[in-house]
Amino acid sequence: MRAPVDPGRTAALRLDDVRFAHDDLAMRFDLTVEEGEWLALIGPSGAGKSTLLDIAAGFVAPDAGRVWIGGADVTDAAPAERPLTMVFQENNLFAHLDVFRNVALGIAPNLRLDAKQRRAVSEALERVGLAGFEKRRPAEMSGGERQRVALARAFLRGRPLLLLDEPFAALGPALRREMLALIETLRRARTDAPMTVLMVTHHPEDAVGHADRVAFLENGEIVVEGATDDILSDRTNAGVARYLGTTSSDR
Amino acid sequence: MAAGDGPALTGTARLVPRAPAMTRNADRRIRIAIGCAAAAVLAGFLVGALAALLLATGSLPAVASLLEDGYIRAIVGFTLEQALLSTALSILGGLPLALALHRARFPGRDWVLRLFLLPQALPVLVGALAVIAIWGRSGVVSDAFAALGLPRLDVYGLPGILIAHVFFNLPLAARLMLAGLDRVPAESWKLAGQIAMPPLATFRIVEWPAIRTALPGAASLIFMLCVTSFTLVLILGGGPGATTLEVAIYQALRYDFDPARAVSLALLQIALTAAILLAATRLGGDPAGGFGLGGDARRYDRKSRARDVADRTVLVLGIAFVAAPFVAVLVAGLRANLAGLVVQDAVQRAALTSLCVAAAAAGLSLVLSTAVLLAMEALRPTAAGAAGTAPALARHTLETTGSLVLVVPPIVVGAGWFLALRQVTDVFAAAPYVVVATNAAMAVPFIVRIVGPALSEEAQRTRRLADSLGLFGLARLRIVDWPAMRAPLGLAFAFALAISLGDLGAIALFGSQDFVTLPYLLLQRMGSYRTSDADGLALILGILCLGLMTLAERGFARRRRRA
Repeated sequence: MRAPVDPGRTAALRLDDVRFAHDDLAMRFDLTVEEGEWLALIGPSGAGKSTLLDIAAGFVAPDAGRVWIGGADVTDAAPAERPLTMVFQENNLFAHLDVFRNVALGIAPNLRLDAKQRRAVSEALERVGLAGFEKRRPAEMSGGERQRVALARAFLRGRPLLLLDEPFAALGPALRREMLALIETLRRARTDAPMTVLMVTHHPEDAVGHADRVAFLENGEIVVEGATDDILSDRTNAGVARYLGTTSSDR
Repeated sequence: MAAGDGPALTGTARLVPRAPAMTRNADRRIRIAIGCAAAAVLAGFLVGALAALLLATGSLPAVASLLEDGYIRAIVGFTLEQALLSTALSILGGLPLALALHRARFPGRDWVLRLFLLPQALPVLVGALAVIAIWGRSGVVSDAFAALGLPRLDVYGLPGILIAHVFFNLPLAARLMLAGLDRVPAESWKLAGQIAMPPLATFRIVEWPAIRTALPGAASLIFMLCVTSFTLVLILGGGPGATTLEVAIYQALRYDFDPARAVSLALLQIALTAAILLAATRLGGDPAGGFGLGGDARRYDRKSRARDVADRTVLVLGIAFVAAPFVAVLVAGLRANLAGLVVQDAVQRAALTSLCVAAAAAGLSLVLSTAVLLAMEALRPTAAGAAGTAPALARHTLETTGSLVLVVPPIVVGAGWFLALRQVTDVFAAAPYVVVATNAAMAVPFIVRIVGPALSEEAQRTRRLADSLGLFGLARLRIVDWPAMRAPLGLAFAFALAISLGDLGAIALFGSQDFVTLPYLLLQRMGSYRTSDADGLALILGILCLGLMTLAERGFARRRRRA
């Protein structure tokens, strides 16, 4: 069977008239994330940001519409069959597995690794600044360190699309900046095109300096999207201004 | 009483908002005093039974000599052996069932989970009858064996006890393990789905670690329930080769009239249950836990034909094993002359007696438990104040008193009061009071666990607000505590009713021609081989208890969902 081809350009991710109803909220998503782009999703709680990521990742099946990744229709594909990787806000790691094995899961789901793979795991840890942490347990690490482990695994998987579901929400401002810079470095270190990033965040300032574009979600719909600086300084859209609290004075 | 002081205190507090400290302390003191009084009544009833046992024999029996007694050694040995085997079988059978139930998503899954709640609501005596109907000499399985030319099964003795214990406890084990799986964070299933973790690796990395955390608690809880098993062993056991301590106590009093032996056995039983309960609480097993229908975890497992087939087989076998006895009770009960049974004078009187005893026991239990719970809340250290060791100790003592009945089994309590009352009055005249009190004590641990969390949650949320508003005494009870407790108290009442309705432990000793409850009548009809009557009564009793427990479960689930 031939996979249908995205009628549009071969975007990294395209949600085409995707509909999903949940808890009285009828959501409708139309979104295109270009290859190599970093797009930040902002918006109030309950707007449907995480649901959008879950639909892209295949954890939630939409009621209608199509999901395209890299030009292929993946609407009916299982999560594992989609060329993407996701980092969650918490519980990215298995508490009973050490750091090495938590990362190794990314390339060996049954934890049987050959020498080359073992080296790859250690290198992945080195790249996130956790060299020598192989034997640590998640409980012995700080929140920031744990998310670094999750990032090491995500990048080790080598998938072209990275979904971030507020992974740094619990970290302080300095640590968040550090993490975002780390992602920036890692995604550009790939030999082929830089990794595409779709990031949900509660902190609009996270988008500044990293995200190429920002999409603003409200009540299950993308109300406005555009270049990061344009959206974050936008005072014409009432919803964005209300959310950012920039109705009267600048941030 | 607090009732009289309450409004006055509230009034003062409102008029003089600067000095609420005084009234707050008074309010606390009253709550603590009432709670301690309730706990003292409860402890007095239970410890009194023990004291009566000791006084009845005049001296403390030497434990060393007890264990030299071959008969007692055999009974202790059998008690432990059957409990160990029952636990092992329940856990081993429950494990694949829990896994299959968690993986499989099929229409009617909720009903299967409900079915797995039912055995705990079924009066044990009714369950014993059902096990005989399925696995007995003339049961369904034996008929099938006979048709195949195989010998019929003999359900009496160890095999029957094991089957019955597994029937009651395998669903419990499966549910506790399922609860362990439900505690796995949603992200773990997503992660497993994203990396297409194979079935075996999923078991090793995700499922087994989650189940392992539930295992010690589940195993020790089931072991405890089987060690204290009375009714099943009474019906299905036989001879010294298949008798547990509880049944031996009953026989020593009711048949041999050997109080000395009853006392020795009771002390052994208490030592044993205390040790197991201690281990169980250490291991995290809550003897009153395991409620609810579980979460609705979404999984993204890689497709596996072999695993699906295995899961389906396990589910069909497990559901058949658990559902068959219920069907047997229903079929046999409907075959009985129900209409004729209902108009019998003896049945009507027994039903009325059962309802009166159950209502009285449930009411008493509710009052005692609520008093203890309110005192425990009053003793909870405030966030600001330094937590003294005295209040913490008092709280702990109250909590322990609530669970005391788990260590002192109803049959031991009954035996103690049986021997004590024999000295001063006609035992059978006092019987209703002892049975009501015993049943009330039996329900306390459950009520405390159902109502306690709701009350404590509300108290923690509103305590400072209520304190700052000067809300004390009756007003606080009405405005703060009562709304928080009302729903769980209703459920707890239904639970306590069902426990008392199905109980045979206390009534077995105290039942007489003039004091007959439904389970006792059922036992009598079984004893006189009026099997059809027994089947009909079992159905009536089963429906009564299951109906009450279904109400309780429904309400509990609703409360959970809202929380």
